[in-house]
Amino acid sequence: MHVPILKQGDYLIATIQSVLSDADLLQLRDDLANRVGHFRSRGVIIDVTVLDVVDSFATRTLRGIAHMLKLRGAETVIVGIQPDVAFAMVQLGLSLEGVGTALDLEEGLTFLNAKTKRGGGVWRGSPALPPPRSKTPFDGPIGRGNHRVK
Amino acid sequence: MSSLNEEVSVPIKSASDIVVARQKGRALAIHMGFAGSDPTVIAAAISEVARNIVNHAQHGEIILLGIHEGGRLGIQVNAIDHGPGISDIDRAMQYGYSSSKGMGVGLPGAKWLMDEFEIQSQIGKGTKVTMRKWVR
Repeated sequence: MHVPILKQGDYLIATIQSVLSDADLLQLRDDLANRVGHFRSRGVIIDVTVLDVVDSFATRTLRGIAHMLKLRGAETVIVGIQPDVAFAMVQLGLSLEGVGTALDLEEGLTFLNAKTKRGGGVWRGSPALPPPRSKTPFDGPIGRGNHRVK
Repeated sequence: MSSLNEEVSVPIKSASDIVVARQKGRALAIHMGFAGSDPTVIAAAISEVARNIVNHAQHGEIILLGIHEGGRLGIQVNAIDHGPGISDIDRAMQYGYSSSKGMGVGLPGAKWLMDEFEIQSQIGKGTKVTMRKWVR
């Protein structure tokens, strides 16, 4: 089944809708590689909440997608791995080393915002300006480093 | 060991049949009384042995059986193919060893997931994996 990919500001969100065959996973990989370039995306969230099993092939493919997108300039975070699925992955000796993971979509967005150091989704608005620097040394806390009063 | 009437055969001809096999395996596992993470663990093991068929033999069969022995219930999974066979089973069962595709995780991984695991293979004849897990 085809995985829909939504554009959300600087990010792409791919939410897997049903159990995926190998071909679907490879299609997702190709679609994401193209869209990241098309939309100049900085981050990608892959939501795997509905996956019944993440086996060795799925692990390898997800890792491959993340590494490939990194080469295209985008960070990837996998969200929604279910407890039982995680347990089976550990027993199989599978890991998503080097790939970002987060609990759910919300945590995934937080992860990408931190990783890409910019406001991503439309609800974030523009990045906050840095706080204005004090003009005189006396504005800062007393007794700190070279701001010391003679 | 007696086999209950629950027996499901899933022909494996392409990668999409892997999903069918593990879904039927999960359903049978739940039917047999497996709970918690066990149905997922069993489905993952089926996924690995079914993938082994697709990668090395192109087609084969997964047979799922509800089993009953000495008052305990379980599930048996047979993965049968008539592919080229495995020349060195010890090596094939080494974690991280892969003859071609994959990560070399499939067969040893499936063994870890289940309680019992046997593999028989004959060059030119094919491979049969038999694995069982018991309801705790």
